[in-house]
Amino acid sequence: MHDLGGVSPFICAPVDKEPHALTEFDRTVDAIRQVLGQKRIMSVDELRRGIEALPETDYHRLSYYQRWLRAIVAILLEKDAITEAELRRALEQQ
Amino acid sequence: MIFAPGSAVRVRDDWPERRGRCHIRTPHYVRGVEGKIVRHLGDFANPEDLAFARPAATVPLYHVRFDARAVWPDATGDELMIEIFQHWLESA
Amino acid sequence: MSMNLTETDSDRLLAALRAVLADKAIATGAEITERIRVTDAGGPAQGARMVARAWADPTYRALMLADGARAAEALDIPMRGLPPLGVLEDTPGLHHLVVCTLCSCYPRAVLGYPPFWYKSAAYRARAVRDPRGLLAEWGTVLPDTVKLRVVDSTADYRWMVLPLRPAGTEGWDEARLAAIVRDGDMIGVTIPAIAT
Repeated sequence: MHDLGGVSPFICAPVDKEPHALTEFDRTVDAIRQVLGQKRIMSVDELRRGIEALPETDYHRLSYYQRWLRAIVAILLEKDAITEAELRRALEQQ
Repeated sequence: MIFAPGSAVRVRDDWPERRGRCHIRTPHYVRGVEGKIVRHLGDFANPEDLAFARPAATVPLYHVRFDARAVWPDATGDELMIEIFQHWLESA
Repeated sequence: MSMNLTETDSDRLLAALRAVLADKAIATGAEITERIRVTDAGGPAQGARMVARAWADPTYRALMLADGARAAEALDIPMRGLPPLGVLEDTPGLHHLVVCTLCSCYPRAVLGYPPFWYKSAAYRARAVRDPRGLLAEWGTVLPDTVKLRVVDSTADYRWMVLPLRPAGTEGWDEARLAAIVRDGDMIGVTIPAIAT
């Protein structure tokens, strides 16, 4: 799914070369990943594993940094760095 | 043992992803393919363990060169050069 | 994990995550803002300075090919704590193209955030198998006499291309040389050219 070298159907797809400026959302997710890495709370290898564990439909439906966000949350929950209860409470307050 | 530059190697034809949860950095398309060691890039913690926050041994990492047409007969490039960890390589 | 994250709106999920991380002092708002500032400061102009210096100075060129990170640091580009940087030297008979088929590894320290196309499934699928077709989409056509080597960035290094210095730039100073080097030139989808 993530291991895309030479695979169809993408081997026939044109490349979208438009710039697509990053949003505040994108920059924030990227920065959170960096802070978690610097503090050794979550490695880049764990992030990749989390992205690879996303269901295939999500992998291609979500944007790049939307995938990162879901992988970060899943890994932090798995490692008990944050809990489901904490996240649920915070979601209710948004 | 460290592979010397120019050594003929083969990437192991192994598919851990079919056996369960894993994280590997050896692309599918190069498994079982023969190539040549370009150089030893240094030793790095095994990402297959880092990905699960397990203690990770340090493993030699190589740049390995392959004939693109050995992978895909219809390839329009000439060579592929890929970083591959020692435990994925065997002498060819 | 029982929470259904895929159905949660992304903006809401990010706001909630930020709140939890701030509450627990795992990542404060100030720390996140600082990382954004540092990351935004990077960009292809950094790599372009290295390329221009290498074109102008053979000693620097040798350093850059031997150890990209030290060469970056020599130009005050911060590399501490970042992956090693490898530099791929183009010659009249050899052209390099960089891709990461497994994710999106990119020499961020010297080129900044990876561009959208670099992360796309189409680029990642095609770069290794149909690189000449891919280059054609950028209008880059290599003569048949030039060997095309595709570098799949799979592990601990990050890779940038040191392209050929274009003809017609003799006598140019480094700033003028750096101004013609674009991100695509340092990944290999394009070749530095003088605007006509």
